Amino acid sequence: MEALEILHGGTFTTIQDLGRRGYQQFGMPTAGAMDITSLRLANRLVQNDEGQACLEITFVGLRLLALRDLVIAITGGNLVPKVNGSSLPMWKTVSLRKNSEISFSGVGDGIRSYLGVAGGLQVPDIMGSKSTYIRGGIGGVEGRPLRKGDRLHIGPRLSRIPLCRLNDEFIPHYGREWKTRVIMGPQEDYFSKKGIETFTSSEYTITPQSDRMGYRLQGPVIEHRKGADIISDATCLGSIQVPGHGLPIILFVDRQTTGGYPKIATAISVDVYDLGQAKPGDRIRFSPISVIEAHEIRKNYEKRMKGCIEIIR
Amino acid sequence: MYRQARYLPAGDEGLLIEFGNEIHPDIHHRVYAMARAVEEATIQGIDEIIPSYRSLLVAYDPLVINFKDLTDQLKGIEKNLAHGAIPEHRRVEIPTLYGGEFGPDLDFVANHQGLTPEEVIRIHSSQDYLVYMLGFTPGFPYLGGNLEIIATPRLKTPRIKVPAGSVGIAENQTGIYPIESPGGWRIIGRTPLKLFNPLQPPHFLLAAGDMVRFIPIDEKQYVDLLNYGSP
Repeated sequence: MEALEILHGGTFTTIQDLGRRGYQQFGMPTAGAMDITSLRLANRLVQNDEGQACLEITFVGLRLLALRDLVIAITGGNLVPKVNGSSLPMWKTVSLRKNSEISFSGVGDGIRSYLGVAGGLQVPDIMGSKSTYIRGGIGGVEGRPLRKGDRLHIGPRLSRIPLCRLNDEFIPHYGREWKTRVIMGPQEDYFSKKGIETFTSSEYTITPQSDRMGYRLQGPVIEHRKGADIISDATCLGSIQVPGHGLPIILFVDRQTTGGYPKIATAISVDVYDLGQAKPGDRIRFSPISVIEAHEIRKNYEKRMKGCIEIIR
Repeated sequence: MYRQARYLPAGDEGLLIEFGNEIHPDIHHRVYAMARAVEEATIQGIDEIIPSYRSLLVAYDPLVINFKDLTDQLKGIEKNLAHGAIPEHRRVEIPTLYGGEFGPDLDFVANHQGLTPEEVIRIHSSQDYLVYMLGFTPGFPYLGGNLEIIATPRLKTPRIKVPAGSVGIAENQTGIYPIESPGGWRIIGRTPLKLFNPLQPPHFLLAAGDMVRFIPIDEKQYVDLLNYGSP
């Protein structure tokens, strides 16, 4: 069922879901949404399964035309969404008339918006996922960012979709300063005591050389103890690797599955999802916690996710 | 190889089992044997595993299993691995058209070591290579073998586009590019086989632990294989 036509692709718009799982041992990156929290919420607001494919909209310029009556929800970063020129509310279910034009015209809080459509965006499943992996040229629409003229389809949907919204207390305020909790290691022993202290006590700035593969940071140089090259091993979402120049790189969803730089720490999953909203120029600090604390945080997060949406009518 | 494997947290969803800190067949065998045993054990909460030169990353769901229980179960599996046992390797032949348009650096590699192109082909195609791991791009194999006599440094400026199937040499390593990508390895030939097929399974030709051998072919065989697939 045709649902949306792209009038302008904007800076960088792709189709993403929870990512391609199970093939990392063959060198296949997972791809998937940078901000998984917002993707899940966009789907739940329109009564989709949490892992349906959504639009991931980065920065400005996307314009879309509704080809039929649609029920949508926009979550994540505030890119000043509008419908026919008037403000379009975020974090709630919205009904759109056929021929409505949706636009994203600015950058407010955060940098990535998620647009979920009741019925879910339908593109072919490639190895179990609809996520676009640009470097591999697969997933989404022909493995590339969306552009003018693309027409997107949706699957079957409920005939009546209740209007929902995210409870106010759960609506995130991203800001420009990030406190990211990390678990030290697995290669912290490649760094001197001084290096680890630099890492945990300094403020870093996110540079423009940051994308879905990784965020490069600028700030105090972290001292190695044993040299900066390791025999390659696997990377994780949130791995913080420090090459010879001593500046950390946080790895995200399009990262290579293996890498040859020591990883001083790994950001915890919940905080990595939020970091999908960080912009170049934002400042970030790292604070180490234990695995047990991290698991408590994750459990509380899932509990909060369960109860955060209310039906308006 | 470490006397005792190290169990290290890699974030809140990952556990890294490190067996050593060098590229060595013995370490690989340990990683590979452990990977197989973990797959067979089907522990609740394990999402996927990623073997590498020296370690095995176990990705898990912290809502299903905690770090300590997972560590205990994995240590149990590790204890029961037969020591020194070498798991059986799958053997995969890679038909390769050497030189010419498809192997633009073959002559350079030969000159670099004072050999003829034919000698380079013979040396490259007369030994088995172990697939230590896959990475870099989907399906890219890191191969281990003995290539000292044809070792050649990387290109100073990497090519922007290396075609899929290209067989390259970098120092004393050899590898195959599964998809068109940038690359700085010296390209000596090309295989008509698909190492990565996203559209239908099996998606990947190779897996960690395979033994690979390059088989020299001529242009006609290349075209036949490209058109009709593996015989």
